[in-house]
Amino acid sequence: MTHIQTLNGATLKQSAAHGGCGECQTSCQSACKTSCTVANQKCENKK
Amino acid sequence: MVHTFVCLGVPVAVDVNSGAVHVLDKTAYDVLTLLDGPLADTCPQELYGKLSQYTPEVVDEAWAELLELQKNGLLFTEDNYIDPAAATLMQQDAPIKALCLHVSHDCNLRCQYCFASTGDFGTGHRMTMDVETAKKAIDFVIERSGSRRNIEVDFFGGEPLMAMDTVKATVEYARSLEKEHNKNFRFTITTNGVLLNDENIEYINREMSNAVLSLDGRPEVNDRMRKTVAGGGSYDVILPRFQKLVEGRGEKDYYLRGTFTRYNADFAADVLHIADQGFRHVSVEPVVGGPDCDYTFREEDLPGILEEYERLAAELLKRDDVNFFHFNVDLSQGPCVIKRMRGCGAGCEYVAITPEGDIYPCHQFVGNESYKLGNLYDGTFDMELSRNFAGLNIYTRPDCKDCWARFYCSGGCSASNLLVNGDIKKPNRFGCNMQRKRLECAIAMRAIRAGMAEERV
Repeated sequence: MTHIQTLNGATLKQSAAHGGCGECQTSCQSACKTSCTVANQKCENKK
Repeated sequence: MVHTFVCLGVPVAVDVNSGAVHVLDKTAYDVLTLLDGPLADTCPQELYGKLSQYTPEVVDEAWAELLELQKNGLLFTEDNYIDPAAATLMQQDAPIKALCLHVSHDCNLRCQYCFASTGDFGTGHRMTMDVETAKKAIDFVIERSGSRRNIEVDFFGGEPLMAMDTVKATVEYARSLEKEHNKNFRFTITTNGVLLNDENIEYINREMSNAVLSLDGRPEVNDRMRKTVAGGGSYDVILPRFQKLVEGRGEKDYYLRGTFTRYNADFAADVLHIADQGFRHVSVEPVVGGPDCDYTFREEDLPGILEEYERLAAELLKRDDVNFFHFNVDLSQGPCVIKRMRGCGAGCEYVAITPEGDIYPCHQFVGNESYKLGNLYDGTFDMELSRNFAGLNIYTRPDCKDCWARFYCSGGCSASNLLVNGDIKKPNRFGCNMQRKRLECAIAMRAIRAGMAEERV
């Protein structure tokens, strides 16, 4: 491709198959207590 | 849904439902921003007229590449993760696996913006949690966590170092039960640093998997808001203590965590100041306050804040010694989509417990009686109220359905929504705008660091 570079693939779709174990950290327990976000949390489910 | 934006001069397309992220050149960006939905097999005639700055051949070329992404499930993908009707039933029986343990409803600072009313959470009396209550909290989370192995306990306050005996007894008690119940406790502490000494620094660095250290930034910024009981500044007291703690921390997690307010809208300077004091991991967040507080941001402040985030991103690109929490987005190995739908888990997976043993949906609800979930001593737990929180996700919060950032932010903060809009379901629009900007910065930084943005617009 000359006009587009893909930085990240369809990882959300892929994660639907194995996700949901619930072992990951609660977002407000990490480094924020007001403006939580989940996208920077680590996945605990070693695939 | 596809979100296109330019940040730090990088044109980007986020395919919201698949998680795919593409760095575009100007032509592909201009083509894509003119589209409302999926691409047809060939470029519609009227588009050539709207893109007259390009030759039809170049437009066709960009169209073909975008179409290829679409065919490969990387553009205009559908959100077919969950039946919308099933969304309200998500995590109804979610086990409680995280505690914010308010070991102290007392504090040795008088921070002007404190949502805990400088420690007592508006109760009018200051107290610390006794060991019996803390042990009951551990029993509670073991009982309620079902098969979840990883249990998080954040020692919070007020100022948790004012109840160090309780902290130590809690850790010892929880550790003594780990094997029998197949649990792995992870302890964290959020401290203002005033009472840090060699002994408790060593303890924290040994026992706490994460230490959140409160500092707002430049001395004058910190001291304007984070005052001692006598009204003086706290910067000179706490900075060397935090430096000492971090020196002995090794590879364990820590964050210097600050709050920015209307008084330091140039907060990028505070993030950089903290980094310059030798701290790699920094989290500086916007203040949460009611509309009547003088330090709370007003609508007209938003454009400046968004510009400041981008300015910060540009500065951070010049140095690799700073990890700014809010620009730290793991695109490929981050949490699964199920986690991203559910959000913070307040009120169902995560609860706060007060020195009296009262249970609230999270630390920010403490003291709001209408949101009290129960009490450790009388064994009450309001499942109906908990289910109201459990039912909150990106599909049941109406404003989130149409937001491109929904799988990154997962629906925002219920407490903030209540404070600003009087409704835990209605996102705080101001906060949403900041969140989206932080994500755009994070993604653009990733693209630049991956060497994908040589030609910036």
